[in-house]
Amino acid sequence: MTLLTTIFAAIISTVIWYKNAPESQMMVGVLCWMYWGASLMWMVDAVYEYIELHMAYFQPSPADMLNDFYLGLSVVAVGLVIWLVILLIKDPKGVVKAALFKKKN
Amino acid sequence: MACFIVPAAEAVISTIVEKQLKKSEGEPQAVQVVSEEAGIETVERIPFSRKIHWLSNMLWGGSGLLAFEHVWHGEVVPWVPFLSAAGNAADRLEMLREMATVGVTMGVVVTGVWLGIVAVTSAMEKKVLLQAAKR
Repeated sequence: MTLLTTIFAAIISTVIWYKNAPESQMMVGVLCWMYWGASLMWMVDAVYEYIELHMAYFQPSPADMLNDFYLGLSVVAVGLVIWLVILLIKDPKGVVKAALFKKKN
Repeated sequence: MACFIVPAAEAVISTIVEKQLKKSEGEPQAVQVVSEEAGIETVERIPFSRKIHWLSNMLWGGSGLLAFEHVWHGEVVPWVPFLSAAGNAADRLEMLREMATVGVTMGVVVTGVWLGIVAVTSAMEKKVLLQAAKR
């Protein structure tokens, strides 16, 4: 479930990136690389688990599935927070700079 | 257990290589392309440092999120030695085995996918530059 959730996050962020390309002011590309990197790594993890568990890998208990889904959503949230921090620090639109150093009349 | 350490180490290396390349690279080669939709456009060859940046992003992002998963499962702890498996010899051996198998495969797979992306973008670049040279 963690792998699936991350793959869906990677697909959605890639679609959003493609829709706005070549504009990259929101730095959605960062999200794409991050989620695809994590998806590939979890895919490797899943393959090793499959080798160990065989068909049992595809029959997790509902409690395990729920816990893994909860973890997947948390991973997506952590990824979004990392992206937001990078976006605010790099500030490609200059919004943070403008808000902080705005002259008062 | 600690498989994310291998791609994280690769991310450190790729970031260092990227910074070094950025310093040594000059201005990217630029050509003018005439297209029916956009008219005359200037197209720049993608510097190799930017391509390595894609790899760094995947490795940092992936290992960062995997590290979070390890915190979730109690495998990374906020006290020395920071990895719960490093506490006793048997677990340490298992951790090293996992790093050597799963961790190394993760690095290889991410690098392999990146090489595929670089090959495709390089082919697209060549096509655009050839078209520009013909005109």
